[in-house]
Amino acid sequence: MIATGSTQNAEALVRAVQGRSLWRDAWERLKRNRAAMASIALLALIALLALLAPLLSPYGFSEVNYDLITCAPPWWPAGAECIAPGHVFGTDAVGRDLFERVLYGARMSLAVGLVATLVSLLIGVAYGATAGYLGGRIDDVMMRLVDILYSLPFIFFVIILMVMFDRNLLLLFVAIGAVEWLTMARIVRGQAISLKQKEFVEAARAGGVSGGGIIFRHIIPNAVGPVVVYVTLTVPGVILTESFLSFLGLGVQEPLTSWGVLISDGANQMQSAPWMLIFPALLMAVTLFCFNFIGDGLRDALDPRDR
Amino acid sequence: MTPLLEITGLDIRFATPDGEVHAVKNVSLSIGSGECVGVVGESGSGKSQLFLGAFGLLAANGRASGSVRFRSREILGTSQKQLNAIRGGAVTMIFQDPLTALTPHMTVGRQIMEALILHRHVTRAEATQRTQEMLEHVRIPEAARRMKQYPHELSGGMRQRVMIAIAAITGPDLLIADEPTTALDVTVQAQILEILKALRAEQNTAIALVSHDMGVIASIADRVAVMRRGEIVEAGEARQIFHAPQHDYTKMLLAAVPRLDRDSGPRSNHGETLLAVEDIHVAFPIKSGLFEKTRKLKAVDGVSFTLRQGETLGVVGESGSGKSTLARAVLKLLPAGSGRVVWMGRDLNDADRREIRALRGDMQIVFQDPLASLDPRMPVGRSIAEPLKSLRPELSRDAANTQVKAMMAQVGLDPSWINRYPHELSGGQNQRVGIARAMIVSPRLVVCDEAVSALDVSIQAEIVGLIGALQRNSGLSLLFISHDLAVVRRLCHRVMVLYLGRVVEMADADALYNDPRHPYTRALLSAVLTPDPDIERSRKRVLLSGDVPSPLDPRAQLRFLPSRLSGGPDYYRPKLLEVAQGHFVAEYDEAQDTRSTL
Repeated sequence: MIATGSTQNAEALVRAVQGRSLWRDAWERLKRNRAAMASIALLALIALLALLAPLLSPYGFSEVNYDLITCAPPWWPAGAECIAPGHVFGTDAVGRDLFERVLYGARMSLAVGLVATLVSLLIGVAYGATAGYLGGRIDDVMMRLVDILYSLPFIFFVIILMVMFDRNLLLLFVAIGAVEWLTMARIVRGQAISLKQKEFVEAARAGGVSGGGIIFRHIIPNAVGPVVVYVTLTVPGVILTESFLSFLGLGVQEPLTSWGVLISDGANQMQSAPWMLIFPALLMAVTLFCFNFIGDGLRDALDPRDR
Repeated sequence: MTPLLEITGLDIRFATPDGEVHAVKNVSLSIGSGECVGVVGESGSGKSQLFLGAFGLLAANGRASGSVRFRSREILGTSQKQLNAIRGGAVTMIFQDPLTALTPHMTVGRQIMEALILHRHVTRAEATQRTQEMLEHVRIPEAARRMKQYPHELSGGMRQRVMIAIAAITGPDLLIADEPTTALDVTVQAQILEILKALRAEQNTAIALVSHDMGVIASIADRVAVMRRGEIVEAGEARQIFHAPQHDYTKMLLAAVPRLDRDSGPRSNHGETLLAVEDIHVAFPIKSGLFEKTRKLKAVDGVSFTLRQGETLGVVGESGSGKSTLARAVLKLLPAGSGRVVWMGRDLNDADRREIRALRGDMQIVFQDPLASLDPRMPVGRSIAEPLKSLRPELSRDAANTQVKAMMAQVGLDPSWINRYPHELSGGQNQRVGIARAMIVSPRLVVCDEAVSALDVSIQAEIVGLIGALQRNSGLSLLFISHDLAVVRRLCHRVMVLYLGRVVEMADADALYNDPRHPYTRALLSAVLTPDPDIERSRKRVLLSGDVPSPLDPRAQLRFLPSRLSGGPDYYRPKLLEVAQGHFVAEYDEAQDTRSTL
């Protein structure tokens, strides 16, 4: 009894000394949001499955089996021309295991989503914060450049790139990221403009902190709230863009795959083999839903008006 | 006789994620018809929630229980419809911020008429007529023209008068005024209080005045209730509360209020000249439209002064006088248009960026809003350490931490709070953090930009004491900017009065307070309220007529010297004349009528 009492006191003491940051507060609020927490768990599960994909099935993702072409999973209720025993999601048009391919597609789609978002995050935050903080003519020039890039027809741009430089995975990442950073830059710039008028930024200037120090220590950490929210909404956007490009045949190349490629293939065989469309589409929809719920939850959790 | 409003055992609670907040605890209060009751308390005392709760205006998470009887009818818990019939008609309210309380897209005339048409069922023509009368009544000049204007076209004082017009036009029995003058300059505050007094005398309206300012309460209230942490700790006749307070808290509040008639400033004792500012100008370009000509707002228009080692110079002025801009120009946080800042013999116009950065260690600033001036995502210890790290990067982390902790102890903060965040501390504690951040680099000059204005009086007294003690111990010079003349009196050796970017009077504190020469200084001093109902009610005020003119209006400079207007608005700037040793006064016309007959 005494022991637990003193540990409780010690904990309280540690808490008092450590302080409660706004991030802690936001995390506490997020934990109360069930939809967001369930989404985080589900997304973690999907990511884990994608990571462990090679261990989860005896079949390789590019292992062709001409005996089992477009065969339904063994539990398929509607009846089919052929059944593929041991393939939980059935097989595709060249007899590859669909379960394994959906998970490899998840790897690709999540990777594109994360990498392209990261690219857009790095460029957008640095660019926007610099433009917003410096202001004046530099800001004008930097933001007009963003406006010009915005007005380019993005899909044409990517298609031309893909045709010119062959279909290259790295190029795909860069191309998508290079477009997504524009919105990020605008958001961060707006934040930076309102933050630089705050007294704590003036106090830092009076304390002799350099421009770079102010941007990295004061502007960016305080702009992170809206940025985090926007990131969680960018990831699904990028996944959709990638699948759209893949659907058009401009994305990932065989034998690699992504959800876009799988959905495109599935759509062609919708009548005869609906499972080829249903499983990748379902998984993708769930993933996008999760990201949106997390974004919503984060926005509520980080909103300072709640305080 | 039954009172007009009778509140008995009112309890107000708010459900928040961090648990229940008991904002008002078992409060009883009554207001007779035609009576003015003042409710005074510091922030968080529940004084505003008391009346919001009584008239069903709580936020969604609030609950009120107890009994509120208006004209002997229970109104607590009645329907919104019944409450609406009372609110805006028999009971009206005015709030602190007159800009947010008015709808931006409606002309002020329509907003005033709305209440009249809704509650008194008069025709439009009649309403227009009465609205115009009412605007004249609250002393808005050119009422007919003002009626067609939108809120943003009016000044703060003018908007608050419009709010009073809205509140008074239905001829209410009770007017609830929640901090009606807090956001206004002192000279405008004096005008608003006169209007409230007149309203009460003419229409026999009872007034419930909620304020943190003992002076405002003393000037108008018959009875006073002192609130603290949701409870009324003391209530009684105004004279009794102010002259013979019973409760310790009331005594403490009254003692904490800085008073012009009792306080005297520190002894002068200064060394050599530290800072000399010569004819400094700062102008901001104002663009009114895409193709419009850019006009220049002269925020600081030719100010010169010197500051000696160990001296405190008070800079006094109302909003728009350029006092904050001046401070930032001196600290080189803003580019000055022309003029020189000489720091210990070195002309800072010639200094490059690196040299200015190095000088930051000598000149520091403390801001008005303690919470806004601290980065919300940084623990306070890191905020304090920041100037130290950027100015003395060779310092090790441990050494910096030791210094931060020592500094925290020196400004009265618990050093173990080094990892706390600003939102976990109170306003006064955050201001101590701000002071610690300024003091940690051992500066020679600290600019206090309204550093105590946002704080409750009791905290204000503590912080003023702290600033004074720090100055005595380290011999630093202070540039103390404030709109509050009483606080300035407590701290400053010399005082400079600014009006629209120019100095109108500068003198030793005693000379300025005892022998003000310029009509503007006199009006300012006369507008300062004393927490003593006898003094407040007996004295005559020097009131300035109208509002502070727009700094964009070039004629404004010559408001006190209209005889020179004939030469064209840009033709003449009033000169500073030395009327006694060290006492400078800007030229003004002796015969000019700046006293109105309010």
